[in-house]
Amino acid sequence: MAGTRPMNSPIRSSPDSSPTIKFESVRLGFDEGDVLRGVSFQVQERETLVLLGETGTGKTLSLKLAAGLLKPSEGNIQVLGRDVSSMAEGDLLAFRRQIGFVFQEGALFDSMTVGDNVAYRLLEDKVKDEEIEPRVLEVLRFVELEHTVDQFPSELSGGMRRRVSIARALINQPPIVLYDSPTAGLDPVTSQTIITLILRLRDVFGVTALLATQRLQDGFALANFRFDPATKRVVHSSSNGSARTRMAATRFLVLREGGVYFEGGQEELADTKDDYLKRFLV
Amino acid sequence: MHLAECLLSACLTCSRRAVTLPTQVLCPRSSAKQLTKQVLVADTPLQIAGREDKTEPRVTVAGVLVNAAKGAVADVQDYAKLCGRTLVTLVTPPFYLQDVLQQMDSIGAGSLPIILLSGFFIGAVMVLQTGSQFTRFGQSSLTGDVVAIALVRELGPSLTGLLVTGRCATGIASELGSMLVTEQVDAMRAMGTDPVRKLVAPRVIATLLTLPLLTAMTDFMGLLGGCVASVFSLRLSAIEFWRRAIDALDFADLMQGFTKPFFFAFILATIGCYKGLTVRGGTQGVGRATTQAAVLSSVLIIVADAFLTKVALFLADKLF
Repeated sequence: MAGTRPMNSPIRSSPDSSPTIKFESVRLGFDEGDVLRGVSFQVQERETLVLLGETGTGKTLSLKLAAGLLKPSEGNIQVLGRDVSSMAEGDLLAFRRQIGFVFQEGALFDSMTVGDNVAYRLLEDKVKDEEIEPRVLEVLRFVELEHTVDQFPSELSGGMRRRVSIARALINQPPIVLYDSPTAGLDPVTSQTIITLILRLRDVFGVTALLATQRLQDGFALANFRFDPATKRVVHSSSNGSARTRMAATRFLVLREGGVYFEGGQEELADTKDDYLKRFLV
Repeated sequence: MHLAECLLSACLTCSRRAVTLPTQVLCPRSSAKQLTKQVLVADTPLQIAGREDKTEPRVTVAGVLVNAAKGAVADVQDYAKLCGRTLVTLVTPPFYLQDVLQQMDSIGAGSLPIILLSGFFIGAVMVLQTGSQFTRFGQSSLTGDVVAIALVRELGPSLTGLLVTGRCATGIASELGSMLVTEQVDAMRAMGTDPVRKLVAPRVIATLLTLPLLTAMTDFMGLLGGCVASVFSLRLSAIEFWRRAIDALDFADLMQGFTKPFFFAFILATIGCYKGLTVRGGTQGVGRATTQAAVLSSVLIIVADAFLTKVALFLADKLF
C-alpha cells in the first residue's frame, strides 16, 4: 500500500517503458494571450527534467498543468498513463495523491504546526493517529527538521519552510515530485541544502521529477552530482558508464516565447553555440 | 571637452531603444533636437532578445460597458456555481466537523460581544424614538408592542446580518484571499482536498447554525435595552413592558424573524468565500476583495430582506 514503505526504499511507478509524464502540443492562454503554444515533451521514469526559461515563459504553469491544477486550452497531458487534461476535478483530487508538489514559497498552511502540515495528507486519508506520528517524524528527519514539529510556519526561515514543504510532498511517497523554483530567493548555502535533498530523493527513492528553475547551476548540480547512500554524502558523478547513465537521467528543457527552445542533456547545453542559450550559461 | 562628451554619448547610443534626456547632461552646446534621441540604456542581452511592441487596443465607452457587463454576468455565473457546489458538499461526505466547530466558535461566539452590545442599544433607541411619539397620544404603553414586533420581525435579523457581515464576511474574504495568493489553496488541491469542501462548506454551515442564534440574542438584548429605556425614560413598568412585548408577538412574527437569518447567513458566508477565492492582484487584491465582500453582502442582505418580508407577509395572510 502506498505510503507504508520505509523511507529508504525506492519507488516504482510503472512497470512498462511509457513516459511517466507526457505533454503533447499543449497550449495554454489567458486574456493577455497564449503563454504556452504547442509545447511537447516527455519525462521517463526516474528521470529529472529541468525546466529553464525567463520569467513568464510558463515554467510554473507547466508544473501546474502536470498536476492537473490547470487545464490546457489545447493538447493532451498524460501522467502515469492517465489523461489529466480531461479528468474531472473529483477524479483529479484522488489522482494527485501520487504527485508531490513543492511550491515556490512553500505554501505551508499558516494555521497548522509543521507536524500537522506534514501530516496533512495522512489526516485527510484518515490514517490512524498512532501511525501518523512516526511517519511525520521520519520525513522530518529526512529533511533534518525533526525539532520543528511543534512550531508554526511563521517561526521558520525561508529555507526551513521549503524543506518542510518537501517533507509534506513526500509523506505519501509519491512516484512523481514537481518542484517550483525550490531555491528561489535562498542564499547559496541553503540552496545547496535543498539541492542535496532533491538529489537524495532522486537517487535513493528514484522519483520522477520536473524541476522549474531560473538557476542553471541547480540543474547542473543535479546532472553532475549524485547522492551516495553508502556514505550518505553527495559525490561528483564519476566518468565511468554509471556517470553517463546518471547524466542521462537529468535533462534540460528551455522554454522561450511559449515554445520549447531547447531540449537535451547537460553536455549539449554546455557546448551550445546558440547566443540565447549562452546567456543562461553566463 | 564638448567633442569628447559628444563622442562618448555617441558610443552609448543604442539602435533599439531611445530615451529623451536633458541635453545639458551630455552635450550642452548641441542642439536639443539632435540629442533628444540619446540613449543611456546599454545594449543588453534583453534588448537583443527583443520583444515586439504590443499595440494597445482602442478603448471605447461601449467596449468598457460591454466588458463590465460581461464581467458581471461571469461573476454571477461563477458565484452560482460555487453555491451549487457548496450545497452538494453540505449533503455528501466527507464532512469536516472539526472545521465546522472552529468556525462556529469564530463566527458565533466571536460575534457575541458586538451582538449583545448593539442589540441592547438598538432596543433602547427604538423605545426612545417610538415612545416619544406614542406619548403625544397618551399611548406610551404601546411602546413595548411596537418595539417587540419591529425587533423580532425586522431589526433583529437585518441588523444581526449586517453586523456579522461586517465582522465575518470580511474576515472570511481576507483569510481565503490570503490563502489563495500564497498558493495554500493550490497546495490543498495538489494534496487531493477539495477547497470548497474544506474551506467553504464549514463556514457556510457554521454561519447557518449560528446566525439564527445570534439573531435571537439580538432580539432578547433589544427587548432588555428597550425595557431599561422604557423604565427610566418613559416611566413604564418593566413587567408591563415585557408582558405587552410578549403578547404582541405571534407565530407569524417568529417565523418571519427566524427564517430570514438562514437566507442572510447563506448570503454573507458564500459572498465572503467567493470574493476570497477569486482574488486577483496579490495583497492589494485581498484588500479589494474584503471591501467588496462587505459591500456586496450588505446590499444583498438588504435587498433579500425586502423580498423575504413581502413573501413572509403574504404567507402570514394565507397560512396563519
